[in-house]
Amino acid sequence: MSLKEYVDVVIYHRKDGQIKPLYIVWHNGVEYPIDKVMQITRAASLRAGGTGIRYTCLIQGSQRYLFLEEDRWFIEKKEEK
Amino acid sequence: MERTIFHCDLNNFYASVECLHHPEYRNIPIAVGGDVEKRHGIILAKNMLAKKAGVTTGEALWQAKLKCPDLTLVKPNFSQYLRFSGLVRKIYAEYSDRIESFGIDEVWIDVTEIVGRYASPRALADEIRNRIREEVGITASIGVSFNKVFAKLGSDYKKPDATTVITRENMKEIVFPLPVEDLLYVGRKTTVKMHQLGIYTIGDCARYDVAILRRKFGKWGEYIWTFANGLENSPVLKEGREPMVKSVGNSTTAPRDLKNLDDVRIVCYVLSESVAARLREAGLRCMTVAVSIRDNDLEGCVRQMKLPCPSDLSDEIAKAAMTLFQANVDFQKPLRSIGVKAADLCVGEVPLQLSIFEDQEKREENLALEKTIDGIRRRFGAQSIQRLRMLEDTLLSGFNPKQEHVIFPESYFKG
Repeated sequence: MSLKEYVDVVIYHRKDGQIKPLYIVWHNGVEYPIDKVMQITRAASLRAGGTGIRYTCLIQGSQRYLFLEEDRWFIEKKEEK
Repeated sequence: MERTIFHCDLNNFYASVECLHHPEYRNIPIAVGGDVEKRHGIILAKNMLAKKAGVTTGEALWQAKLKCPDLTLVKPNFSQYLRFSGLVRKIYAEYSDRIESFGIDEVWIDVTEIVGRYASPRALADEIRNRIREEVGITASIGVSFNKVFAKLGSDYKKPDATTVITRENMKEIVFPLPVEDLLYVGRKTTVKMHQLGIYTIGDCARYDVAILRRKFGKWGEYIWTFANGLENSPVLKEGREPMVKSVGNSTTAPRDLKNLDDVRIVCYVLSESVAARLREAGLRCMTVAVSIRDNDLEGCVRQMKLPCPSDLSDEIAKAAMTLFQANVDFQKPLRSIGVKAADLCVGEVPLQLSIFEDQEKREENLALEKTIDGIRRRFGAQSIQRLRMLEDTLLSGFNPKQEHVIFPESYFKG
C-alpha cells in the first residue's frame, strides 16, 4: 500500500517569485486550509517515497508535511489500520 | 598547501532511487537491469539484500536469477536518475566550485578552501553525507584524502553511508593491504600480469621497481606506480571547465547475436546514422571513428582510425566503422554488442581543408540529403524513412539509439 498521496493544492504566487500553499483540496472536494507554513526545506520522504521541497504545515491544529516534487504536490498518508 | 579532496560515491545509486520511490522494494532483493526480452540483460545496480545474495553489477539477468530466485527486476528510469544526480550536485556546489564528475553517481570535490572552517575534514564529509540523506533520500560514502586516487579508494573502503579518511600517516595501514586491482586502471588483464610479477596488493606495487613496471606496461605502468604511492596530483577540474563533448557515440546489445558481417552492417548503420545525426545537431564533425566490439563471452576491444577529412555524414562514418569491424572481427565467437563512436571533434563552422581525392560536391549533396532525412525523422519518427538494408532484418534494425538514453562510462584522463 503506497503511502504517497498526490493532492490538489491552491497556491498564492507572490510577485517576488515565492509561492505559498493556501489550501489542500482533498479528492472528495473538501478544502483544508493551511493555517501556517512553519518550515520550508529540501527533504526526502522515506515514508511516501519521494523527494522535493518539504513544507511543514499547520492544518487544523496538527502538523503535516506537504511535499512539492518537481511539479506535483503530495502528502504522506497515515498508516491504514 | 596540502589539498583536501573528497570522492563521493552514491551507494547503489539506481537501486537506491528505486527503493526511495517504492517503499515496497526496501525489504526485498531488487536489481535495476535492462530489458529482458530485448536481451539488454545485465544488472546495472542492486540493493543491499540482492548484494547479500551474491548478485553483482554487470552480470546477466539470468545469472542473477539463479543466485537469487526471488530477485525483483526493475526497469531503469534514467531521467529520474539524472534528476537525483542533479539534486545531489546542487548540494556539492554549496561547498566548492571544483567538482568533477566521474559518471553519473561519482564526483571529486576539492574542499581545500573551505575545510578550515570545520572541526575536521571528516566533520565536513559527514555534514555532506547527512544532507544527501535528509534532503535527497539516498546515501553516499565519502573518501577523504590528499589526492583523487586515494579519495576514490576511500569511498570504496566502507559502504554504505560512511566516511573514510586516508592521510599520509595512515595510508600504509589502509591503502597498502588492498588488492592491486582496486586501483584505477588495473583491470582484469593487468591484474593477471601483476600477479605474475608477484604483485598482489597496492603496497606490493608501491614498493616495486618502477623501471620494471614501465618496461612491462609502458607509460601505464608508471601511472599505476604513481597511483599506488599516493603521488598522483592531478587537479579536480572546475565545474563547467570539463570538456563539453569529447566524443559522440552509441552502442547497443543486439537482440540476437551477430554472426556475420551482414548482421554487423545492419546494426552498424543504425548506430552510425544516430551518431551522425547527433554530430549535426551539435554542429560538430569528427576526425576519428572508433568501434567497440564485444563477443558473447563479454570479451571485447576498441579500435579506431582517422578519416581523410572531418565528417558528419553517416555514410562515411559507417564505412570507416565497417572497415574496422572487417579488420578486427573473425566471428569465431558471435558478437553480443557493438558500438560506434566519433572522436577528435571539431566545430562544423570552421573552414575545411578540401581533399583533392574526395568529391566535395557529392559530399555536399549527401549532407543535404541527410539533413532532409533528419527533418523527416523529426516529424514522422525514426522508422519513417530507412535504408533498404534495414528491412533485411527488422529485429536487428528496430531500435533507436538516438532516443534511448545511454549513459557512457567515463575516462579518468580528461582535458
